[in-house]
Amino acid sequence: MQLDRDLLCEAYRRMATIRAFEERVGADSLAGLIPGFVHLYVGGEASAVGVCMNLKDGDWIGSNHRGHGHCIAKGCDVRGMMLEIYGKEGGLCGGKGGSMHIADLDKGMLGANGIVGGSPPLAVGAALSAKCLRNNGVAVAFLGDGASNQGTTAEALNMAVVLKVPVVFVIENNGYGEFTAASYHSAGVDLATRAAGFGLPSTKVDGKDFFAVYDAAQDAIEKARKYLQPSVLEVSVNRWHGHFTGDPQPYRSADELAAVRRQDPLLIFRKKVTEAGLLSKEQLDDIDKNASTFIDRNAKEAIAASVPDAQALLTDVYVSY
Amino acid sequence: MSNISAIIMPRWGLTMEEGTVTGWLVSVGASIQSGDDIVDVESSKLSGTVEAPATGILRRQTVPEGQSVPTGTLLGVITDQSTTESEIDEFVQSFKVVVPEQTDDDAALAREIDVDGHKFSYLRMGDAPKKVLLIHGFGGDASSWGYVQQSLSLQYDTIALDLLGHGGSSKSVPDGSLAGQSGNVAAFISALELNNVHIVGHSMGAGIALALAFSRPDLVSSLTLLAPVSLGGEINADYLKSFIKAEKRRDLEAVLRQLFYDGSAVNRALVDDVIKYKRLDGVTEALQTILSSFAPEGDQRDIWRDRLGELKVPVTIVWGKNDQIVPSSHADGLESVANVILIENVGHMPQVERPDQVIAAAKETIERAK
Amino acid sequence: MPKKSMRTAINEAMRLEMRRDPTVILLGEDVAGGRGGTAELEDAVGGVLGVTKGLYREFGPERVIDTPITESAIMGAAAGAAVTGLRPIAELMFVDFMGVCFDQIFNQAAKFRYMFGGKAKTPLVVRAMSGAGLRAGAQHSQSLHSIFTHIPGLKVVVPSDPYDAKGLLIQAIRDDDPVIFLEHKAMYDLEGEVPDGAYTIPFGEANILREGDDVTIVALARMVHVSMEAAKKLQENGIKATVIDPRTTSPLDEQTILESVENTGRLVVVDEANPRCSFATDIAALVADKAFNHLRAPIQLVTAPHTPVPFAPNLEDAYIPNTTQVIAAVLKVMQHDRNRAA
Repeated sequence: MQLDRDLLCEAYRRMATIRAFEERVGADSLAGLIPGFVHLYVGGEASAVGVCMNLKDGDWIGSNHRGHGHCIAKGCDVRGMMLEIYGKEGGLCGGKGGSMHIADLDKGMLGANGIVGGSPPLAVGAALSAKCLRNNGVAVAFLGDGASNQGTTAEALNMAVVLKVPVVFVIENNGYGEFTAASYHSAGVDLATRAAGFGLPSTKVDGKDFFAVYDAAQDAIEKARKYLQPSVLEVSVNRWHGHFTGDPQPYRSADELAAVRRQDPLLIFRKKVTEAGLLSKEQLDDIDKNASTFIDRNAKEAIAASVPDAQALLTDVYVSY
Repeated sequence: MSNISAIIMPRWGLTMEEGTVTGWLVSVGASIQSGDDIVDVESSKLSGTVEAPATGILRRQTVPEGQSVPTGTLLGVITDQSTTESEIDEFVQSFKVVVPEQTDDDAALAREIDVDGHKFSYLRMGDAPKKVLLIHGFGGDASSWGYVQQSLSLQYDTIALDLLGHGGSSKSVPDGSLAGQSGNVAAFISALELNNVHIVGHSMGAGIALALAFSRPDLVSSLTLLAPVSLGGEINADYLKSFIKAEKRRDLEAVLRQLFYDGSAVNRALVDDVIKYKRLDGVTEALQTILSSFAPEGDQRDIWRDRLGELKVPVTIVWGKNDQIVPSSHADGLESVANVILIENVGHMPQVERPDQVIAAAKETIERAK
Repeated sequence: MPKKSMRTAINEAMRLEMRRDPTVILLGEDVAGGRGGTAELEDAVGGVLGVTKGLYREFGPERVIDTPITESAIMGAAAGAAVTGLRPIAELMFVDFMGVCFDQIFNQAAKFRYMFGGKAKTPLVVRAMSGAGLRAGAQHSQSLHSIFTHIPGLKVVVPSDPYDAKGLLIQAIRDDDPVIFLEHKAMYDLEGEVPDGAYTIPFGEANILREGDDVTIVALARMVHVSMEAAKKLQENGIKATVIDPRTTSPLDEQTILESVENTGRLVVVDEANPRCSFATDIAALVADKAFNHLRAPIQLVTAPHTPVPFAPNLEDAYIPNTTQVIAAVLKVMQHDRNRAA
């Protein structure tokens, strides 16, 4: 285990924050406090954090509709995210993006994305920038098993190899594309194997285990950074909730849903670090408590915050027009 | 006689050399009001309608439909009832705006020379021992002399240069002051081995000519100064700033109207030519450099009216009485040191508004020199 | 001033900007061409119609990037590069190929700035060939400017001559918003006076090519030339037309069009695109909305029919609006008030 105690605390803090954030947003969404719909990342915490703990501010990530976890893991401002999701003034995107379009370019977050398969080509572009500008940067595209079937993904994988750019495609396979199981919607053995067709190295990793993800991502990101070697990481995660809040998931068995919750990435992390004597239960409880307080405060502020000024409708379409 | 008005082939834009009469809209003998459409003409780029310059009767159509003639050519004559046919004949005979047979095309006339690392572009016309250097004003270029140069080239070797930051010359201006720019012009004169030149300068170009005459009297044989700067402090700084700032045709047109007594002289082709120049990379910065050294606080920095007496060469000052850029009152009191010609109903562009008078004044001044 | 073809003018614009700004890159299919071929030429074609010829030699493979034939990845990579510090010029080749990559243009690049609350700048230029006339058939001949114009966040440039093409392309490259730059493929050999140096033409300023008090003709790209030809013939019959080329359909210089119609009272719009929900209907709606009281006759639209572009030369020629149709439309608006008065 290469992480020191501070970094372990930080990793757990990010995972706990994502968990608290998503549980709160899910509840407020069901309570009608959030406009539209949200796609919750609960169950994927170790994946986002395991990858992003290996990235720097100047590195880029592209995300998808299930993007809150990626944002928090990459260091986006949580208060700004809350305000954004609740459609309020002061949100990261001024209330004009919403859950599916949260972006924070200063933190290297290229945006959640409402289009399945939208971000892989964008990440190739961000990696192209890093290569042309010689700034030693890396780009990561987070995509799901559903997006892995999109033509944009195949095009991006191919182009990454052809252009030799520092990009890592992280396929978070949560077993479902919307309401349809991956076993039905994806052909072939597994998603990582597809990468081989493009001459891309790929790794499959258990996304419930922070340490497995961290190590695999570290290797992939380092190869991208040092040798401009693109690669694919297939991370198997569990989607605890429905496709979006309010999806009763009639297509999943009660057994499956129960089993999923027995594999909690946060509990797995806690078990590992306490058994190894790296962090104490009290330290971890403290982090949980702080995360919960922090999210509660920000959610309350977001609910109370004012809506965007009506003028905002017409601004920010162009830099100049 | 005084009631005879000439309809001439107009010059739309700075590059139009000739036009074709595509249709007479009024028959000979018809009564017309000033401003009526009377003849359609077309150049390679543009087409348009010439309006009647005066009220009266159309007595002659001197160019038939379908014929192409140089700009400035007499197209027709408007008079009142009392003018006799012989008076009109005499007018038509004596009307010479003067355009030499154009054998070279533009490209052959436009030349370039590298002087101390700066590219100067210039138009040279005519073959004669006496050399005339034409220096345009702020934001202008060599082609703005039009048929003033063409006409002078019948008698002289004429060179119209593009100042640095202007026309086809390099867009970097090392020193925008009048003295600084005159140094570049001196280097240009030496590079072309012109020895000494008669200078016709307009506005800022006239100020540069004066600076040159003070610093290098050996190079200058006579000075014809049109609406010159440096004879008083006042200048229309708003014009200069707005000229630099205008990015779109519409804005620039309003700015350019101030140059003329009759603002309607500013047509689309003129605006298009100027806006094309202004859109070149480096032009805005060049004009800003010039403006900030030449009129930094809104008034002219260099005022040399008291030094005109030092000059040993003929000096003529030509000024439109309705100049809205540099007031013609700056010429008051200079009669003892210069031949001062003030023209009624003319603005800041006498070389465009009354080329005949400018040509006559320049010739007179050149011939007066020893 | 030197005369240059549209092809040269466009090439020069890219060359000058790539020299000036190291963040400008060019990517697309065969922008150099020949990479990996047995002839071992790395600059074999310079674009299918030779527009990017020579850029690879000057700027090398890191900035002149040949891509696979994967338009989504080209547009997506260009959009991603644009928000992260480069100024990419992405070549789509035939504009018809937007069909396989439109998501990356209109859902991604066009919306970044708005979705991200004004924090993103996406200085992206998409160059594409447009227009009929080369016997290229239904999938290589369309004029799709209207579709791009419909999308907020995109700017759309449709130049009609070499001078405008160079100045507008340099403006597009320096612009901080995504710009769709449509080059009519039948006009690449058209020549005109073009300065050697760099210059810019602002977006949203129409060009008035000809002024006349009888009728306003608004046209784009190749249709500008068709309209000018018609105007010349009409002048011989005493009808004087103003011909306006908006140059950019987004932003649109509404003022110039409206002022002209206020003067002439008659409007003919000439557009090579299909007629429904189009540039032509947009201009007609603008004038009907804001200058109705000045109109002396119903607006006439001269457009392609509501069909795909046909292949057979006689059919394609019939598809493209021509001078005769423009003259007929003008005569119709000229006769309208005469008929009404009678």
